[in-house]
Amino acid sequence: MRYTEGEPIRDTKAPEGPIEDRWEKRKFGAKLVNPANKRKLNVIVIGTGLAGGSAAATLGELGYNVTSFCYQDSPRRAHSIAAQGGINAAKNYRGDGDSIYRLFYDTVKGGDFRARESNVYRLAQVSVNIIDQAVAQGVPFAREYGGLLDTRSFGGAQVSRTFYARGQTGQQLLLGAYQALERQIAAGTVKMHTRHEMLDLIVADGRARGVIVRDMVTGEIERHLADAVVLASGGYGNVFFLSTNAKGCNTTAIWRAHRRGAMFANPCYTQIHPTCIPVSGEYQSKLTLMSESLRNDGRVWVPVKGGDDRPVSQIPEDERDYYLERIYPAFGNLVPRDIASRAAKNVCDEGRGVGPGGLGVYLDFADAIKRLGRDAVEKKYGNLFEMYERITGEDPYTQPMRIYPAVHYTMGGLWVDYDLQSTIPGLFVIGEANFSDHGANRLGASALMQGLADGYFVLPTTIGDYLANGPYGEVDEEAVAEAEVAVREKINRLLSNNGTRTADSYHRELGKLMWEYCGMERTEESLRKALERIPELREEFWKNVKVSGEADELNQALERAGRVADFFDLAELMCIDALHRTESCGGHFRAESQDADGEALRDDEHFAYVAAWEYGEQGPVLHKEDLDYEYVKMSQRSYK
Amino acid sequence: MNLTLRVWRQKSPEDKGRMVTYRVEDVSPDMSFLEMLDVLNERLILEGDDPVAFDHDCREGICGMCGMVINGVAHGEQVATTTCQLHMRHFEDNAVITIEPWRAAPFPVVKDLVVDRSAFDRIIQAGGFVSVPAGSAPDAHSLPVKKVDADAAFDAATCIGCGACVAACPNGSASLFTAAKITHLSLLPQGQPERDSRARAMVEQMDAEGFGGCTNTGECTAVCPKGIPLDTIAQMNRDYLKASK
Ligand SMILES: Cc1cc2nc3c(=O)[nH]c(=O)nc-3n(C[C@H](O)[C@H](O)[C@H](O)COP(=O)(O)OP(=O)(O)OC[C@H]3O[C@@H](n4cnc5c(N)ncnc54)[C@H](O)[C@@H]3O)c2cc1C
Ligand code: SF4
Ligand code: FES
Repeated sequence: MRYTEGEPIRDTKAPEGPIEDRWEKRKFGAKLVNPANKRKLNVIVIGTGLAGGSAAATLGELGYNVTSFCYQDSPRRAHSIAAQGGINAAKNYRGDGDSIYRLFYDTVKGGDFRARESNVYRLAQVSVNIIDQAVAQGVPFAREYGGLLDTRSFGGAQVSRTFYARGQTGQQLLLGAYQALERQIAAGTVKMHTRHEMLDLIVADGRARGVIVRDMVTGEIERHLADAVVLASGGYGNVFFLSTNAKGCNTTAIWRAHRRGAMFANPCYTQIHPTCIPVSGEYQSKLTLMSESLRNDGRVWVPVKGGDDRPVSQIPEDERDYYLERIYPAFGNLVPRDIASRAAKNVCDEGRGVGPGGLGVYLDFADAIKRLGRDAVEKKYGNLFEMYERITGEDPYTQPMRIYPAVHYTMGGLWVDYDLQSTIPGLFVIGEANFSDHGANRLGASALMQGLADGYFVLPTTIGDYLANGPYGEVDEEAVAEAEVAVREKINRLLSNNGTRTADSYHRELGKLMWEYCGMERTEESLRKALERIPELREEFWKNVKVSGEADELNQALERAGRVADFFDLAELMCIDALHRTESCGGHFRAESQDADGEALRDDEHFAYVAAWEYGEQGPVLHKEDLDYEYVKMSQRSYK
Repeated sequence: MNLTLRVWRQKSPEDKGRMVTYRVEDVSPDMSFLEMLDVLNERLILEGDDPVAFDHDCREGICGMCGMVINGVAHGEQVATTTCQLHMRHFEDNAVITIEPWRAAPFPVVKDLVVDRSAFDRIIQAGGFVSVPAGSAPDAHSLPVKKVDADAAFDAATCIGCGACVAACPNGSASLFTAAKITHLSLLPQGQPERDSRARAMVEQMDAEGFGGCTNTGECTAVCPKGIPLDTIAQMNRDYLKASK
């Protein structure tokens, strides 16, 4: 295979000792910055989603001089806004046996033992403060008649610990962070640059010292310098072209940083979400997720017989296979995402799928409507039902929805230590952009939790430890100029290419390839095929892509082409990572590694590590970070 | 289906702009409006033309980024629907569709259908928040909120900041947007301490940005994709009057 192995890597920042005390210990051990000095310290934050928005607001409030960037026209539009289902917190408001320890336990187990115990424990601890913070900001979470906060259970959890704001939890949480951010902008502690895209990281004397950005309106290439850089640029699921991510989601910020020396961890860990609206045609530009909360009341089924294309009303009860309830009686329709996704794929592969092309399964509310009444169902899920009807033109109150798995979240990302610092000193990575606390699989309602934990509580403490040794002085002009030239060259190259295909058409082809060969189910053979095809396609892209317009204007074709170029490089690394990990775990299913029942078979003996990849001109270099489990005993996950 | 599009093309803020006619063929009724434009743009790029610039991101009706005036109606005729959620099945075969940007003085055109809505952010900067530093919040259950209030606050909080209300208003007023935020926070106990200063500052900022006054024509709620009701404007006016006494 085309990679080499380097020295193991280790997180040296997590303190030793009882897990409950580690975060307190780290906070106490972190150096503090004198309030008068904070004003002299400059921090750049890329991204204004839950992670970046909350981080920039908090750092501004602490008194640092913050400069923030996003590619949208307003920070309020970051992709986090689309999150529907909810956010977990170990509040135990229901008294149903939840605790910090249980949330920690569930998350480590749900992550298939590929996340760090110390980090996950801290996440569970901080989760409690997130809800307090959001409520104080005026986030209108759902409430009970008594005025207290309502919670619900969510995929993979047996306690009711998910806080929600109808089906728009992400929007409400993001507005909270955005408002806090706007408050700091007004106070002058944060300078906001909207419609700006980060195109490179400036590394000088071994430290991250700034970024090169493009003003997306004027096309001007700008340099911004700082004492530390925070990347909160979100996930890279759009490498698959079709995904539940917003159209602009990209990998450019973290990929450029990777090329400058930040290691990329577990790139192949992709989460496939089981409840999305199936693809309807070639022109499709994105997939829409139906909140997983629907599985609380909706029952998933397919016809018992393959090729049964009778209308739903004519399929009698005993000819329906409620396969999740049948195979996983303990969890039923609430099994975790990876399990539900694969089960859907399996029944479709057996020829029992429904809808166009047989790529769909039913999510049926008939029983819930009978039991609770249409009104109650409408109250709970009304906006989701409406969305479904809008997109498909079908009425989910009178016929079951059709759903199919889709790419949703990327657990991989830049490697960070307990302080959220990457392998480049001064470069911090938060939210979905880092390799995160989720392991090989993310449980529902935990990404919002992680983004806000990182942004409001963790980073503002740990970055101080780094900044306490600053300001870091003048930045070497050569490093800045070099990064700027690299950016300009790439833009010129794209624009001067007079080819015959659009960037989107290449992106679509790359996406199909990734879905087929590096998607829900992978084999050595499929991955090798992908690794053959991707470099060819990339070469073709660089020779034959056509980008219209000029560099010094608003040019959406150019923006897209630049992102697609980075997706090609990332896709290759994803396949190499997937190929080397010959075990199945979490959202990553290697067909060669399954048990007698066809369930994912992990290989803890050989793969209980984080794969951190270093960029190398001669191909990637693998550094392993071994994972130890002191508190949660490694065991095969079973939801049966 | 086959369509004729009349699209507003404007290269830059200084350019005068004009309508240009395009023909698009083989449009599937299952396409969203933006996917239909994607198809047009792919063709324009290959022909070496400038594709039509338009804003969009989530394509699920929640980020508030998309927005264009379709046949004279902001976000098109489908009720309570953003442009990205509008599907072609609502159009007739061979229809002529006119597509223009939001038109309002405080929303200058950046290019084609893209406008600058940063005035909305400045209205929020003026006071559309609760001042609460991270890490100091009391336990969330220490402050119960009646379900009806929480639900009503939520209804107002669903505004996505798209700006359709401004585009539809004959006066170019931003009242519905501003009122939605003021109402959201003034219905919650958390919003009370800053209630007066917030209402004053946000309304004054709205005026300073050059948005027109509200004369209750109701065009805003008619196009609002989130169904923000006109009562929020009454609530804003009450809060503003009380605060300015
Ligand atoms: C439809 C949907 C539903 C979801 N539901 C849930 C849920 O119910 N619960 C849950 O916990 N999670 C959910 N998730 C996952 C969760 O929403 C995301 O993982 C999370 O919001 C990511 O937050 P973030 O702050 O890391 O990144 P984002 O919100 O993606 O923000 C990225 C930011 O970076 C900026 N950016 C990106 N690249 C650049 C660049 N090159 N230059 C400048 N700026 C850049 C963008 O402008 C944006 O501001 C859902 C996701 C989707 C898609
Ligand atoms: S009030 Fe409605 S139309 Fe106006 S910005 Fe908000 S969501 Fe858009
Ligand atoms: S693209 Fe987000 S609302 Fe239309």
